[in-house]
Amino acid sequence: MKSGTVKEDPGVNLARGILEKHQLMLEKPAVGRDLEKSQELLIPLLQDIQDAYGYLPPPVLEWVSKKTGIPISRMYGVITFYSQFYLEPKGKHTIRCCQGTACHVKGSQAIGEAIEEYLGVKDGDTTDDMQFTFESVQCLGTCFLAPVIMIDNDYYGEMTQGKVKKVLERYSKS
Amino acid sequence: MKNIELTIDGKIVSVEQGKSVLDAALENGVDIPHICYDPRLTPTGSCRLCLVEIEGQRGLQTSCSRIAEEGMVVSTETKEIAKSRKSTLELMISEHRMVCATCDADGDCLLQDYAYRYHVNEDRFPKIKPKVKVPNFTNYHKAIQYDPTKCVRCMRCVKICEEVQGANAITLRERAGQVLVTTAFNTDLRDSSCESCGQCVGVCPVGAMTNKPAVKLGKVKDLEKVLTTCVYCGVGCQLELNVDRKNNRLVKVTSTPGIIPNDGNTCVKGRFGMDFIGSPERLTHPLIKENGEFRKASWDEALSLVVSKLSSLKAEFGPDALASFSSAKTTNEDNYVMQRFTRAVLGTNNIDHCARLCHASTVTGLAKSFGSGAMTNSIAEIRKAPVIFVIGSNTTENHPVIGITIRQAVRSGDTQLILADPRKISLSGDAGIYMQHKPGTDVALVNAMMNVIISEGLEDKEFIETRTEDYDLVRKAVERFTPEMAAGICGVSAKSIRESARIYAKASAASIIYSMGITQHATGTDNVLSLANLAMLTGNVGKENAGVNPLRGQNNVQGACDMGALPDVYPGYQKVDLPEAQAKFQKAWNAELSIKPGLTVVEIMHAAEAKEIRGIYIVGENPMLSDPDLNHVRQALTALDFLVVQDIFLTETAELADVVLPATSFAEKDGTFTNTERRVQRVRKALDPPGEAREDWRVICDVANRMGYEMDFEDASAIQDEIASLAPIYGGITYDRLTGVGLQWPCHDKNHPGTKFLHSKKFSRGKGKFYQVDYIPPQELPDEEYPFILTTGRMLEHWHTGTMTRRSKVLDYLEPEGFIELNPEDAVKLGVSEGGVLKVKSRRGEIDVPARITEKVFPGCVFLTFHFKENPANALTIAALDPIAKIPEFKACAVSIHA
Ligand code: SF4
Ligand code: SF4
Ligand code: SF4
Ligand code: FES
Ligand code: FES
Repeated sequence: MKSGTVKEDPGVNLARGILEKHQLMLEKPAVGRDLEKSQELLIPLLQDIQDAYGYLPPPVLEWVSKKTGIPISRMYGVITFYSQFYLEPKGKHTIRCCQGTACHVKGSQAIGEAIEEYLGVKDGDTTDDMQFTFESVQCLGTCFLAPVIMIDNDYYGEMTQGKVKKVLERYSKS
Repeated sequence: MKNIELTIDGKIVSVEQGKSVLDAALENGVDIPHICYDPRLTPTGSCRLCLVEIEGQRGLQTSCSRIAEEGMVVSTETKEIAKSRKSTLELMISEHRMVCATCDADGDCLLQDYAYRYHVNEDRFPKIKPKVKVPNFTNYHKAIQYDPTKCVRCMRCVKICEEVQGANAITLRERAGQVLVTTAFNTDLRDSSCESCGQCVGVCPVGAMTNKPAVKLGKVKDLEKVLTTCVYCGVGCQLELNVDRKNNRLVKVTSTPGIIPNDGNTCVKGRFGMDFIGSPERLTHPLIKENGEFRKASWDEALSLVVSKLSSLKAEFGPDALASFSSAKTTNEDNYVMQRFTRAVLGTNNIDHCARLCHASTVTGLAKSFGSGAMTNSIAEIRKAPVIFVIGSNTTENHPVIGITIRQAVRSGDTQLILADPRKISLSGDAGIYMQHKPGTDVALVNAMMNVIISEGLEDKEFIETRTEDYDLVRKAVERFTPEMAAGICGVSAKSIRESARIYAKASAASIIYSMGITQHATGTDNVLSLANLAMLTGNVGKENAGVNPLRGQNNVQGACDMGALPDVYPGYQKVDLPEAQAKFQKAWNAELSIKPGLTVVEIMHAAEAKEIRGIYIVGENPMLSDPDLNHVRQALTALDFLVVQDIFLTETAELADVVLPATSFAEKDGTFTNTERRVQRVRKALDPPGEAREDWRVICDVANRMGYEMDFEDASAIQDEIASLAPIYGGITYDRLTGVGLQWPCHDKNHPGTKFLHSKKFSRGKGKFYQVDYIPPQELPDEEYPFILTTGRMLEHWHTGTMTRRSKVLDYLEPEGFIELNPEDAVKLGVSEGGVLKVKSRRGEIDVPARITEKVFPGCVFLTFHFKENPANALTIAALDPIAKIPEFKACAVSIHA
């Protein structure tokens, strides 16, 4: 049986302060045991950690798991359930390419491929220069613009392969 | 518990208050479909197949999450319900890769059963094309295989891993159409906190989580389930061997919820470690050694040789020049016959077995204090104990299913755990108070706890007054053990000693659980006595959910002791030096019996070296790895004139034998094992033995008969009847009473229900006796030459000398080699990194072994397991013996370490 050993690296210090604000989490084992309650408390905690670090660094999560008694496996379940959480550092800009039904029909797959080619990364990954994170998503809620991509908070509709480069260039480092 | 009544489908049924409507239905034979429900888990309520109609309530309700109420009127199978179930199943199937023809779960799958029952339309919804062969977290695992395309996302596996096993290794990830089971961060299962127990496999209602080694070996229709008792540890889990009779092959091991004592749970050894049975290395023929080489022999030839050698040695040197080692692995029946043979035919009481090496101090210690050397209470009571004090037991690894019971009790929030162990074992994370005391300082620790209890007036005066004697001795003895003084000896804080004492003493019931960390010391008996003192001081004996509970190591070490495979007692602990007992057994066995107690395991070795013992008959033991100070053991065994070893493999010990006899494994014979809670349980024959291997007791009977002593039994059940007639504690135990659940001794007669906990109104010896116990440091303390304390023990994946577990593919994959644990601080000083090979030396021997760097051990202390012949811990250990129990000090000696 192997158990992960987590060294308290300096990265944890930030989390220490955050955890203090979430005192309830430390009431183990009651919290560790109660699935619903732990989820309810866990989400705001995760948000705070993500705000501080920009993402959810796994060593920090393991440390939090040790402190709170919430199994790391369950945290992972919660984190992957919500698209707002990231386990890897994110690029400066997030590009979401819709692969919902409407967009799919209008050729969103080719758009996705064009973006991948332009950035040189796969779905879910971040460019080496930390400028872009690319991910495919289901319906962005603007089907009338299909095929749609979204960069940070801006929508770009009626995309074509040709438009990809032009749009992305606006966000590249100059 | 109160029962309530409700009506289900027009029938009035009764169920325990607090149970669900679904429980009530299932318990009363109404089979409501249920996919996400398991009796051991909290309800999930997600599959929606268990919908029922409850009178007076709108809509349909999930019966698994509805608590049954008095007077409820429930319908389980209306038209509306059937329609809803049918659509639910059709939806499920649209996401399920239905490939029953090639699925191992065919015939054992709830989805398949319900699909048939509701005659679903498999094509009603468009199939979601599953991605096949996407790598997942089980790809490299040798025991467990997850197939997401068959997963119905019921969460049973995730919940059993969390709520029952407490390993928290797996979870569901993502949402909607992409939900999958996985580990945290999707790592390989082996790199997660997985304990490979296989509960997830056992609980999966379909064929999504499967037993990898069993894939393609047979479907339900080809298999027969034989209920038997696990051969690995003293928990005595009830297992089903799923065997393919046509090919005489074990396919897999399962267990069923509700069964006592394990409730369908098993550990990795029980579920995945049984393939040793079919190992090609099994002994299949008798072997005779000629000119240093073994050759095959017939049974007749081998037995003739055994008989002539034993007879001539007896004639020339007298009966006490012979000895036998019986076995805690074999059945009660085998042990009974072996000790009868030794006493009645060889004519000596020189019989012992490896209980000497694990719990001899329990047997002597608790017999002195209470009058009976066994676990006082039952496994099931652990779950309900308000306080548990675990000392010297790495329960989650060595008695895994009891370990998870403790974990559940603590995590439920109902139980407080106090833990004392020199190693920071897995339970330390759950303990309210954890004390990392130095090996061999247990008496100081426990005395100090008593000091606190007495000085704060927390003792149970009435219990002491009415139920015990010699209290004053203890009161005086512990006076000087102030927490501060003990803190210095033990290396723990006085504060935690104080707190532990208070928590333990103030509990309405507190259970002490201990194991080899207490017993395997030269002061083993003292350690046990002081725990008995502590329990009596607070009135924690003879009551439910309390007690002094030694966890016995081997599957049948309790039974082997009960059967009198010990040098000083007949079956049922009747003393050999008591003339009445001698007379009773002389009459029963029709033979002259010696009144002189025999020698113990380690004494027999010493006597063999001194040529006082000339011949030894060993059944199922491997002293060449299990005994302390191996170099001496080898000298002793090679000095013998004659050694016969009866076993299932050619062990390190068998290699030294003159004659080797092939025996059957537990899967190939009938009999009983007695587990650690004194429960006598059936072992049932599931397979035919390989080659000419024979049951131990039949071989021994043959030898006896050939030596001119008549001893015959028709079958194992007849042996049990003879045991019942001679050992009063087994008086009412016969096979016809062991069909369902085993019986806990004492069970005096046919109508006796067995005994859940001992010493209830009165101690076995009348009054409980306090003993004055003083702290004596371990025999060998670290010094300049040998600066480290070595402590030894076992690990989850392996068993004893590894004879069986190392021949199991899964266990070998999980832990292929031995290692020495040392603290990171020491690793830095020695300049060794993880996996680097270290030379470990003691005054008795040296070994090379790879390092495992961990904070489990404190600086200055190292830990070795003894399972591996490549780096045998017992080449280093000291044969210092406890003066009364003669148990060796495995848990502490001094070593030096060189990078
Ligand atoms: S084998 Fe046991 S510990 Fe591992 S994932 Fe399955 S249930 Fe959890
Ligand atoms: S693997 Fe089996 S038990 Fe686990 S969620 Fe899937 S179907 Fe349920
Ligand atoms: S806990 Fe013990 S008895 Fe149960 S399966 Fe494991 S080894 Fe066998
Ligand atoms: S499908 Fe792309 S926005 Fe709705
Ligand atoms: S068994 Fe009740 S919802 Fe699954």
